Amino acid sequence: MSTENVLEIRGLKSSFFTDKGEVPAVNGVDLVIPRGKIVGLVGESGCGKSMTAKSVMGLLKYPGRIVEGEILLGGKDLTKLSDRELREHCGKDISMIFQEPMTSLNPVLKVGRQVQETLLVHDKNIGKEEAKRQVIDIFKKVGIPEAEKRYSCYPHELSGGLRQRVMIAMAMVCRPALLIADEPTTALDVTIEAQILRLMKDLCRQNNMSVLIITHNLGVVAEICDDIYVMYAGKIMEHAPVFELFDHTRHPYTKGLLASIPRIGDNPEFLHTIPGVVPNMLHLPKGCAFANRCELVQERCRSQMPELVTAAPDHECRCFLALEEEDQNGTGRKGGGDR
Amino acid sequence: MKKTDEKMPSGAETKLTGEERAPEKTAQELASEIGEKDGLKEELFRMCRQNHVAALSAAVILIIILLAVFAPVIAPYKEAEQDLMSRLQGPSMAHLFGTDELGRDVFSRILYGARVSLIVGIFPSIISLVIGIVMGLLAGFIGGWVDYVIMRLADIMLSFPSLLLTMVIMYTLGRFSNSIVCIFIALSLVGWASVSRVVRSQTLSLKETEYVEAARSIGVGSGKIMFRHILPNCIPSLIVLYTLSVPSSILSESTLSFLGIGVQPPAASWGLMVNQSKQFLFTQPWLALAPSLAIMVIVLAFNFLGDGLRDVLDPYMKTQ
Repeated sequence: MSTENVLEIRGLKSSFFTDKGEVPAVNGVDLVIPRGKIVGLVGESGCGKSMTAKSVMGLLKYPGRIVEGEILLGGKDLTKLSDRELREHCGKDISMIFQEPMTSLNPVLKVGRQVQETLLVHDKNIGKEEAKRQVIDIFKKVGIPEAEKRYSCYPHELSGGLRQRVMIAMAMVCRPALLIADEPTTALDVTIEAQILRLMKDLCRQNNMSVLIITHNLGVVAEICDDIYVMYAGKIMEHAPVFELFDHTRHPYTKGLLASIPRIGDNPEFLHTIPGVVPNMLHLPKGCAFANRCELVQERCRSQMPELVTAAPDHECRCFLALEEEDQNGTGRKGGGDR
Repeated sequence: MKKTDEKMPSGAETKLTGEERAPEKTAQELASEIGEKDGLKEELFRMCRQNHVAALSAAVILIIILLAVFAPVIAPYKEAEQDLMSRLQGPSMAHLFGTDELGRDVFSRILYGARVSLIVGIFPSIISLVIGIVMGLLAGFIGGWVDYVIMRLADIMLSFPSLLLTMVIMYTLGRFSNSIVCIFIALSLVGWASVSRVVRSQTLSLKETEYVEAARSIGVGSGKIMFRHILPNCIPSLIVLYTLSVPSSILSESTLSFLGIGVQPPAASWGLMVNQSKQFLFTQPWLALAPSLAIMVIVLAFNFLGDGLRDVLDPYMKTQ
């Protein structure tokens, strides 16, 4: 398997220009997705995860837009393309599945036709019959029972799990090099979640496809990801391969996230939380965005934004303490290593 | 209510693993066999069964259409056939609704007048609907200055009293073509504004939906999104809007003809007949009564049908 990168995001900055001022929802993100790997982008609500994905897909809506940075898809900078040129890549080379399978299918169109549309849009020469055959084919691949019959169903006739499978079929039917999954399982119950995650992992392995999975669920990440990026207030805080991240957590924010997962055997009366709230993106603190909530905050954290430094091979961390002893003042947990 | 009950077990079933998903299928099959396709046809049949007024209205409209189409066959006399020997007669077997001041049979003229009313009701509404849809979609979807221009144009149209505007258009165009064509153009130009407002507001909310975003994310172009993804979602309210704009067009035509700038004699139009009979209002009231009742019946029928359709098609009004 080659180690080429399907997608490289360099210094991406996307902002909303509101009446009150510029809100940098994505603030200098570097992200690399190697071919055939599943990359996780983790963070709490409002940290810019979905904005990153939407920047890639060109789905930012007014008043939001990309300010600077590059999004390289196989060497081609997507930020330089016109809307029409970008649309040609969307669905064919990159595709996206959304959080809510209940609302991301058009209620008045048959699901088969919606999936077929992807094919018809990107291949003008493909016949209707051939497209239909391919749709039924992909329906079978994503595990939709009675694919022929489901082809002419309306979305409301399918269960949530089936709809998400249809969404995956829609995203996969053109065999894209990269699939962006924006919280694909948040709206599903846990057993269906497991099925969908396994399906995505299998499809990824079979087609040598890459996946960028956006989630706030560290369990999902641990389950299927190869590489993890932790995001906070528009910036990447920590980046490492999955086992490295869970075993040798370096950033205090990641530690806090890991500690916040309730575990069987814990005292159910008290859940660990990270104190405070996400800073107002309109008035970001001068120093580290996490400084106000950090247990290990130091004087310099408040005045200066730490750089993303390589703390260990393949392990980057945006913290002054990253280079110091990793367990120096850890939470006493071994992270997710025992999951 | 029945439908949700059918689907309940399938929702519970999804919690099971892949091998055990068989019952879910049967439950859904069952649901679709009972006719839960929610197709337009089923919905309409359900409306007829539940809303008798709407069903009756549909029947009345159908009868009027048939009468208008076969007017030459059914009508005992010709449209402008005069019989000066039997002027201003009351209703009788020979003349069902009596005769007017020139001895023309009122019943026959009402049948012919139905043609004018139906044509004027149906076609200008379609034209204004099409214009309104295109304008509304463009305004809502593109936004910005396009939205601003189209909506200000619509505001201008709506700020005039519509009758006055129609009359101005009629007078201006009257020199160039015959009166029916003028009425067409006038009513189409006046009617699009309200349609475009409805379509625009729906487009504004629909374009934010996830499925439109999903369609964009697979590379569907703007035009296709407007007409294939957004427009079909507007159709229920557009059908209602249409059935409600038909009677208002019919009324406008009647008003214009009554005022003497619509259909010109000797052609028959209900509004014109009311106009011509106004001098006999106290001596031969049936002359005014018959066309007035005809106008009332057709307008009420379309309005009731529109209301019935709204109950069926508007998802927010569904309370069954």
